[in-house]
Amino acid sequence: MDSAIKQKIDLHGVTCPMNFVKTKVALASLAAGDLLEVILDEGEAILNVPRSVKEEGHQVVQVESLGEMFRVVIRKG
Amino acid sequence: MPLSEEQLERFSRHIILKDVGVEGQEKILRGKVLIVGAGGLGAPAALYLAAAGVGTIGIVDGDVVDRTNLQRQVIHFTPDIGKAKVISAQEKILQINPGVAVQIHQERLFAHNILDIIRRYDFVIDGTDNFPAKFLINDACVLARKAFSHGGILRFDGQTMTYVPGSACYRCVFLQPPPKDAVPTCAQAGVLGAVAGMLGTIQAAEALKYLIGKGRLLTDRLLIFHALTMEFRTVRFQRNPACPVCGAHPTITGLQDYEQGTCDLRKPR
Repeated sequence: MDSAIKQKIDLHGVTCPMNFVKTKVALASLAAGDLLEVILDEGEAILNVPRSVKEEGHQVVQVESLGEMFRVVIRKG
Repeated sequence: MPLSEEQLERFSRHIILKDVGVEGQEKILRGKVLIVGAGGLGAPAALYLAAAGVGTIGIVDGDVVDRTNLQRQVIHFTPDIGKAKVISAQEKILQINPGVAVQIHQERLFAHNILDIIRRYDFVIDGTDNFPAKFLINDACVLARKAFSHGGILRFDGQTMTYVPGSACYRCVFLQPPPKDAVPTCAQAGVLGAVAGMLGTIQAAEALKYLIGKGRLLTDRLLIFHALTMEFRTVRFQRNPACPVCGAHPTITGLQDYEQGTCDLRKPR
């Protein structure tokens, strides 16, 4: 799957709502169907960003725990 | 040009909106809005449009700030008394958002200069306080195929509608200016300051919707509210086929200055 990922952004330490803003900026530069990998902190970030991403019509295809962080793969809708 | 880190933070609450996003904010940043009158309606409209990041804001006003303006024209502060309203407004806009290009037009709009000014903008906000100016703005925007927001306030009442080429225009609803002195001006009748804020911010929201191209504009509808009872209603209307400016056989094909009530004209300073 990694080989298909078009862009990766590390949002460790980036709080709400700027983590969602940065995710939207990254998604805006991709084409529909492209994969984006986002690193998000536990807590508020991982609770809110994937939900907001889904509300905008994108798909969360993978969520992997990396200890205090999460690796989330999003397919642009 | 991609948005800077500063812009991403400043406009984050817009960008996270599904209907705005990065793309919508970029449209706002490229947008050019003309505000006619830096008064009760133009003041809140200018403040919100500046905060929203509208790239170019034009302000038309030939007046200077007067103490009686301060009760509702919230872009002007007490130390601004005596200062040209366009300068006072420009200073506040740049304090809110230094990224705005402010174009000041320190003059009144007339038949001879209005078309040259409005053609430089995407959207026009009518924040004037007299009927001759409102009809002139309508006719000029119809002839130039320019979208605009009409707004009017008096006492506790407000009304607003949006025109885009093809929709009903102000003259479809109100055929011609009322006779001189048939309707009192704000100076004679008074107005609740907050009513100006309510209406000016509705006009700003319409301008932003127009720029981002989302939602449904207040076209073919007149929004009327009465703040004493806080009742809002929307009156639907249609394009008038016999409208003298946008109808099938228009009789108004050029601009003229309408008669101005003498009380509307300030003494030159």
